[in-house]
Amino acid sequence: MIGTSARRVGGVERVTGRQRFTGDVRLAGMLHVKLVTLDCARARIAAVDTGAASGVPGVRAILTAADLPRPIPRYGPTYRDRPVLAVGETKFHGEPVAAVVAETEEAAEEAAGLVRVACEELPAVLTVASALDPSAPLVQDPELRPDDLLGRTNIRREWHFGWGDVAAAGADCVVDEVYTFPMVTHFAIEPHAFIAAPDRDGLIIWSSIQHPYLLQAAIAEVVGLPLSKVRVFAPDPGGAFGGKQHAKFEPLLAFLALRTGRPVRLALTLEETFQAVRRSAFEIRVRSGFRSDGTIAFHDTECNALMGAYADIAPRVIAKSGYLICGPYRVPDARIVVRALLSHTTPATAFRGFGTPQVAWAIESQMDEAARRLGVDRLEIRLKNLARRGDEVVPGDRPADGDWAEAVSRAAAAIGWGSPLALGRGRGIAVAIKASATTGASYAIVRLHHDGSVTVMAGTSDMGQGARTVLAQVAGQELGVPLERIAIVMGDTGSVPFDLQTSASRSTVFMGTAVLNACREVRRQLAEIARELFGLAEGEVVVEPGIVRAPGLELRYEELLAQAWGPVRGELIGTGVRRGEHVPAHPLGGPPAFYEFNCTAVELEVDRETGEMLVLRHVSVADVGRALNPAHVEVQDEGAAVMGLGHTLMEHLLLDEHGRIRNLGALDYRIPTTKDLPLELRSLLVENGDGPGPYGAKGAGEGGLLAVAPAVASAVAEATGAVIRDLPLTPERVWQAVEALGRGGRPDPPAA
Amino acid sequence: MSETARVSLTLNGEPRTVEIGAGRTLLDTLRWELDLTGTKECCAAGECGACTVYLDGEAVNSCLVLAAEADGREVTTIEGLGSGGRLSRLQEAFLETGAIQCGFCIPGMVVAADALLRETPRPTLDEVLQGLSGNLCRCGGYTRICAAVLRAAGAADVTG
Repeated sequence: MIGTSARRVGGVERVTGRQRFTGDVRLAGMLHVKLVTLDCARARIAAVDTGAASGVPGVRAILTAADLPRPIPRYGPTYRDRPVLAVGETKFHGEPVAAVVAETEEAAEEAAGLVRVACEELPAVLTVASALDPSAPLVQDPELRPDDLLGRTNIRREWHFGWGDVAAAGADCVVDEVYTFPMVTHFAIEPHAFIAAPDRDGLIIWSSIQHPYLLQAAIAEVVGLPLSKVRVFAPDPGGAFGGKQHAKFEPLLAFLALRTGRPVRLALTLEETFQAVRRSAFEIRVRSGFRSDGTIAFHDTECNALMGAYADIAPRVIAKSGYLICGPYRVPDARIVVRALLSHTTPATAFRGFGTPQVAWAIESQMDEAARRLGVDRLEIRLKNLARRGDEVVPGDRPADGDWAEAVSRAAAAIGWGSPLALGRGRGIAVAIKASATTGASYAIVRLHHDGSVTVMAGTSDMGQGARTVLAQVAGQELGVPLERIAIVMGDTGSVPFDLQTSASRSTVFMGTAVLNACREVRRQLAEIARELFGLAEGEVVVEPGIVRAPGLELRYEELLAQAWGPVRGELIGTGVRRGEHVPAHPLGGPPAFYEFNCTAVELEVDRETGEMLVLRHVSVADVGRALNPAHVEVQDEGAAVMGLGHTLMEHLLLDEHGRIRNLGALDYRIPTTKDLPLELRSLLVENGDGPGPYGAKGAGEGGLLAVAPAVASAVAEATGAVIRDLPLTPERVWQAVEALGRGGRPDPPAA
Repeated sequence: MSETARVSLTLNGEPRTVEIGAGRTLLDTLRWELDLTGTKECCAAGECGACTVYLDGEAVNSCLVLAAEADGREVTTIEGLGSGGRLSRLQEAFLETGAIQCGFCIPGMVVAADALLRETPRPTLDEVLQGLSGNLCRCGGYTRICAAVLRAAGAADVTG
């Protein structure tokens, strides 16, 4: 069962339209919510007139900040910095000033359009440069962080990592460049949807959320209820990619449900999701020293990451990516400065890869630049510096935990590295590691029913990665039960035990282990029952998957239970836990449980006349320890590769001078379609059984997008000679770079 | 409030009549008045294909169609594919190739692919790529979705 490509659990529901997502939930008496927003990023709110809006038939409530407790309740996973509604001024385009609740969505929309907000637009901080400008307006009130020495700047936090002595490090060649990675948005096909409903002396929340237990805690805190009185239902999200990790508008809906005494529903439009979540934009300066043979001497890096008006989880993203910016290499000396900058833009949050695509873009491009200057092959420079198993990538932290060079060699072979290239073509290869989950706790309950079927209760969210299937496979393997006799219960904090989060490709390792432990607990109980029933000694009973054996005895689980319990019946309940404890002394609160390593290689063709490119072949090699379900791992990896092509070739959010997103929505913001696929896309897996998860598994599913951009840019450079350091590599940008090359200059800097 | 309209249509083979706001889209009407939530809403602008349904045998974005336009016509949604509670060959092929991830795009994708196969029973890969280019999948599993369509086409009766 483990290692087979079992069909997706929940696949039939998805292919027939029966899968119920949050937006499909219908409750009796449910009211509809629309948000009232302003037409600019930052404005002082003078007055809100709800008179005309209140007159729309069907309107039941209009909430403004004035209707909320004072000081206004704030929430956020890093800092409690986000108000339930804008108070005093709006801080990003799309931040709600008021919320209208009505009997129908149409009435709510009509009334929202009639709420009059007297306001004055104020200058906004929209770029890294302005966020670092000491004369720029402060995005957040310094009173929110009175003891912070940076409280009167837009630097929300600054980290200094590194080791050795960069200043003293000698080098034969120094490469000093700046790389930019723009804002991009998640664009899950399911826009976020939320429902809140009063429930006796508590609340029930439905949300397309990745972390139902953290949402439960956020709601409990903001409305002042114990956790036991807040129940979160989390239907499987329709794509999340990090954008659905933390509370967005659920706190607002909680107040609206309490105010109206009825269920309230808010389904964001796609445009509103663009204004709700995005990836942090990075500007990264890297000064790197190399020996003449290509050996890395040092990296001296400065990352300025532009997050939004409220922190969400972005500081964690930014710190974690900076911490591991040097990648999967042996680097003798490193200096790493990382800043998380506030701006009047959509709050940045987690996004598949968790900051790694940004830093890998810079470091891998540096490796190429050094290779070109030193006349070293781009594959060779990587293999020369790559950490081998047991080598430290950050001194004192988890060492390299895979055969990464094997993955690189397989990618190189698959792309035909070194073989002759047709004119106009180029190849690129790049690597990256992402630190997995550091700390965390996952609890699982496995119930063996008296007919031998099994219910697994696990708080993971299955957002497409296939957690239901993999957890069912683990239980099936351990208990010898076919998948069709296993039910996976998720998405209900009221009945399913705690799981910290579904992120960082952690669920197979963390929750998988918890389920495995719970199954083994059930097997221990079966052994005990058999010993008692037949008067056997310790060691005489062996419980195998599906079968209990003892001398002269072989019983299926349900046969044993029937003999032991008779007509009274019962069930066995096993619990399992996997915890990773907080380590206060560690810069990230704990070492990663594993590294997700990827090597991506591409071959492409560039049309010098138009700048358009065609990716002919794209190979992604992931070190997954062991693929519990190879087909699901591969399709995740392929999906990550395509998503990586999105931010590499076409995706970027463009802001106007008012801080409004100019390409708001599917018409103007392009993501890859079937027409953007490489002609050949291959996902290869390295399986050495060396992961910390069940059966040697590591996490997977993010790796495929980590190294796409530098691999593609490397190939463009080989095909055209043009080196581009700003994403995305749109035809226009590639064409301009090729043209500039013809004029003997460097490409123009990117437009703001 | 806007004026209402009475719309009678054949929905997944059954006659249905609804009283709705005149400006209501077919998508909203299916999801809110007719309790068929299999058809999904994403962009509401005809760009993503999540809301694809058949209207008189032609695949359309139901977010761009007024329900009133469906009056007297035949609408088939994801719930109407397959027969007698059995999956169509195409739906089976989606399961077999591992084409499904989060599944939110899948109903629209399946209807679009079904329409593609009705039009072109033996499509080439290029024809599949072209035919599904209006359906976005952010999980990114397009290659397996295309493989599913080709697999279904290899089986004799694709409309099953």
